[in-house]
Amino acid sequence: MGLLSDPNRRKALTSLLTRLNTPIWGMPVEWLVKTMQARGLEVFTQSFTRTLPFPDENKERYMVRGTNIYGILRAPRAPRTEALVLSAPCSPDNSNNQAVGLLLGLAQYFRSQIYWAKDIIFLVNEHDLIGMQAWLEGYHHTNITGMDYTPLQGRAGSIQAALSLELSSDVITSLDLVLEGLNGQLPNLDLANLFHAFCQKIGVLCTIQGKLQRGDWDTAEGYTHAVQTMMLMVLKQASGRPWGDHGLFLRYHIEAASVRGINSFRQYKTDATTIGRLLEGMFRKLNNLLERLHQSYFFYLMPSLTHFVSIGYYMPAFGLLATILLLRALDLWVQLGTPAQVTEDGAGEVEPPSSPGVLSVLTPVVISHLTGVALYTLPVLSQETAVEHFPVSETEAVVLTAIAIYTAGLALPHNTHRFISGEGTEQGWRVLKLVALLYLAVLLGCTALINFSLGFILAITLVPAAACVTPHMPKALTALAMVLLSPGCTLLYCVFIFQELQEAPVTLPEGWMLFLSVISQGILDHSLYGSLVYPLLALLIYPCWLLLWNILFWK
Amino acid sequence: MAAVGVFALAALVLSCKCDSVEKPSDATGAGTGSEAERSGPAAASAGSEAPGGGAGAAVSLPDSCEEELLIRPLHSGDIYASFQFRTLWDTDFLHQGKKVSHYRLFPKSLGQVLSKFSVRELHISFTQGYWRTMQWGQPIVPSPPGAELWVWFHNTVADVDGNWKELTNVLSGIFCASLNFIDSTNTVQPSASFKPLGLGNATDHRFLRYATLPREIVCTENLTPWKKLLPCGSKAGLAVLMKSEKLFHSSFHSQAVHIRPVCKDWQCSSTAWELRQTLNVVFDLYTSGQGKKEWSLFKMFSRTLTEACPLASSSKVYVDVTDNPEGELFDLSPATSVLNTAVVLGDRRTYSVYDLTQKETFGQLRSLNLVLRWKGESGDMLRPLLHAERYVAGFGLQTGEIHTLIYNNHPYRAFPVLLLDSVPWYLRLYIHTLTVTSKTRENKPSYIHYQPSKDRLRPHLLEMLVQLPPHSVTEVTVQFERALLKWTEYTPDPNHGFYVGSSVISALVPSVVAMDTNNTQERPLFSSFFPTKEESSYFVRVYTEPLLVNLPTPDFSMPYNVICLTCTVVAVGYGSFYNLLTRTFQVEEPSQPLAKRLANVIRRIRGVPLL
Repeated sequence: MGLLSDPNRRKALTSLLTRLNTPIWGMPVEWLVKTMQARGLEVFTQSFTRTLPFPDENKERYMVRGTNIYGILRAPRAPRTEALVLSAPCSPDNSNNQAVGLLLGLAQYFRSQIYWAKDIIFLVNEHDLIGMQAWLEGYHHTNITGMDYTPLQGRAGSIQAALSLELSSDVITSLDLVLEGLNGQLPNLDLANLFHAFCQKIGVLCTIQGKLQRGDWDTAEGYTHAVQTMMLMVLKQASGRPWGDHGLFLRYHIEAASVRGINSFRQYKTDATTIGRLLEGMFRKLNNLLERLHQSYFFYLMPSLTHFVSIGYYMPAFGLLATILLLRALDLWVQLGTPAQVTEDGAGEVEPPSSPGVLSVLTPVVISHLTGVALYTLPVLSQETAVEHFPVSETEAVVLTAIAIYTAGLALPHNTHRFISGEGTEQGWRVLKLVALLYLAVLLGCTALINFSLGFILAITLVPAAACVTPHMPKALTALAMVLLSPGCTLLYCVFIFQELQEAPVTLPEGWMLFLSVISQGILDHSLYGSLVYPLLALLIYPCWLLLWNILFWK
Repeated sequence: MAAVGVFALAALVLSCKCDSVEKPSDATGAGTGSEAERSGPAAASAGSEAPGGGAGAAVSLPDSCEEELLIRPLHSGDIYASFQFRTLWDTDFLHQGKKVSHYRLFPKSLGQVLSKFSVRELHISFTQGYWRTMQWGQPIVPSPPGAELWVWFHNTVADVDGNWKELTNVLSGIFCASLNFIDSTNTVQPSASFKPLGLGNATDHRFLRYATLPREIVCTENLTPWKKLLPCGSKAGLAVLMKSEKLFHSSFHSQAVHIRPVCKDWQCSSTAWELRQTLNVVFDLYTSGQGKKEWSLFKMFSRTLTEACPLASSSKVYVDVTDNPEGELFDLSPATSVLNTAVVLGDRRTYSVYDLTQKETFGQLRSLNLVLRWKGESGDMLRPLLHAERYVAGFGLQTGEIHTLIYNNHPYRAFPVLLLDSVPWYLRLYIHTLTVTSKTRENKPSYIHYQPSKDRLRPHLLEMLVQLPPHSVTEVTVQFERALLKWTEYTPDPNHGFYVGSSVISALVPSVVAMDTNNTQERPLFSSFFPTKEESSYFVRVYTEPLLVNLPTPDFSMPYNVICLTCTVVAVGYGSFYNLLTRTFQVEEPSQPLAKRLANVIRRIRGVPLL
């Protein structure tokens, strides 16, 4: 592989990088189009606009307008049926210019090679994920998030794999691989293996979750380190958000990963040429694929780049947790059935005379779900009203409304009972708990199949609460425990644990602010990219927890 | 009413009356008169005597052949080289059906196939790569990626499907290609898109079969048998340029064989078989030339020309110099003063002509090595008037949508196109979702011919006649559902995806310049492939890209794992059970001590019972 071994090419790349380092306002669309065309690519642009439901304070954007530029390198004698994508986000603050420069350098080098069997798309997307979403929706002619974009002019068939490149400086110390995509989807494990193999071959330090691998697996420190890395992955996956630009490809069954350059204070630095060689190697490997990557795992957790925990190992852990719920439900079922058995012969299947009416069980179920619907819809809908009446920004309004509705739900048991005629019976709460247990078991089971981490984290907190709660426990103490185990508090702990694992611990107020921004990001992820975590929590998990809360206050 | 409309158009598109086809056969009777006519535009040329001699030789013998190479520098900087070889065979078993056993120039293998299977017309192409209409303009001979075969049988054939099946197998052997994979699941009978290009006015599409294999990969093993069909093989003439390692080091490679009956002379008193072999290559100068825009015959083919094929009556190299009238764009050496003008695909082009039958062409070095050096950047290409693209929309493995975009770039003329779509049965088309929109308004096709698929038997066939408004994009969409195949029906690499062949768009595109309908005049071979009927329009066929669609695929390694596991369990379980059940247990006598044995021996001797 002789990329940039030629001094002229190296000079060209350097001049490119210098050009990119000069301050520019917005993305230099025309210059990029001209440069890509000069490299012999078929260049197309796509413009898009998107108004966010409320301002994104983390990235400081509300009305987004941008342009994606992509150049297609047509493979010789290929019928335009397969393609690979190399993308680099380009932002006005020049933070990713090195990646764009490297992308252009690679485009030039790739163009003069004859071995390509798949078309290669070089994509420079503006406004990171929003641009990527617009491009992918345009490419597949779908519209799931209400994005406004111009149709694409050029295509290259079905995309087989994609890499997204993020480099913040021209020299780096290590490369970080980001795998977690939208809704906790992961690319095929072979993509990670490919990356690791080439890092080893070329001699670049590679990390996952920003953590270097340790050699000592047997020692306690080594083990702890691996567990920390894996827990970071679990937390990231559970968040359901795309952790890099690659995350949106996974919806379209395109194996994708982000490669992120990290420049730390380590002595040994790697330059752009080496990263170029790494990418060239990966692309040549992907180019040689006769089939999509499928001969490996899609469900895995990685304690390091060389090791993974397969679904066969982690699923039983979740299965055991879920069994608690089922056993509890069975226990209740038997308890409910016993008095009926006592009343002689075949009358067993008839409901006992003291059985609660359907209404007394259905009412809490319906009411808690209505609260869930309110939690899902009201924050975004009522932001204007909130801004008018309170001195807060839109984003704060949305988040605080969500928290307010969440907290208001705690007052529900007292209100539910107004709808139920008469006193709740002993049988009543048992039936309700049976319903809640089965509901929770199904919910968690489905969640764990789609996004294991999310299902597992929810199971850890919700299963003890669901298993133990009865109306006969000391109210105040149990209520406190229940609140501490509620989904909202789980989210708060996750924020702190995540910061702790990332070795960036935060104080309580900082953590709280982070918690608020996480909520707003979750709502934004849902409306921008179709992440399912927020609706899952608001519409299903929270009402389920409210049912348990109801049982505690059953009269 | 719609049907009437389409047949009217079909007749318009390719009505193959005698007068429209007589022109190619002119060369057969290549009298000196027509030779003189041809050299008319190039009056300055000194060499009208040598080709005359060649033609004279051709007159005396019944068959004739011509060869020709067209080189066109493309606006993208690539070089398009198009070879055409035409062999005429003066035999007439079209009408009499008699056995022919004498072959001179026409390849015997093909001649026998023609008579055995009662073929009226046969077109076969092998293509590696996709013709980039937007960068390269229209090709001289269009072809879809992969293999394409369409055949008109005689209307005396009783069992067309049987003949077709056998024919594909025979051709598969002749061309070393996987044409034997053509079966009823990928064969269709288009009602209007593929009319005979040769003599005869067949309209009954029962005798037409059309099939494509988009997956077919074309390589040297297909080129060698193709070269063997040439009268001179690859020994002499233009065919010496065909070195496979160069031909396949290109952006596009397409080779084709077209056989059709044509008139021998302009009165059409007798007919002949025409075999046209075409080879189209686009060389990418960027990758092979290290960024320098300069090419020569030697660079492209690693050969130079030294002679014409001795059997050919005409052997010429044409270089398109239309964009270079004053020599400001590129330098062509050796220079030639012989120019030829021809109307090709609605455009009047000028060509430098190198006649290989003349000694002067080769100069003192006795070899012709055309060299072209670019001086400046070429300007922008005119957008082709008609082009099309296709893609699959949507995600997931349940449903999807096929989008076909047809662009009419003519500024003010609307024209109708015939769209042919053949979709395999495992994509179940929802034909009620078929929409055709131009300029955001619905565009109702005036003719739709739809043949639904039958599972595992035949594909969907969708043909329609759509009027394209001027300067517009027409979008044809249809939704489909992906079928779940039986497990034996998956290919060995199911995760690669399944191919859907190109759609075919046939159209009469309004011409900017008057088309040459004077068929009595001799024209270069490349301008006479599709017969022109009228001056105002020309025939174009555009192929879209094939599609690669993923079907829901089971995890094939899982049955393997299950089989391994169950086999182990069964083997271990069965083994031990069988062992337990069939073994008979006996209590073994402990061996007797030595004293007892001795005592027994003594007792046996004494004849008393043993202990």
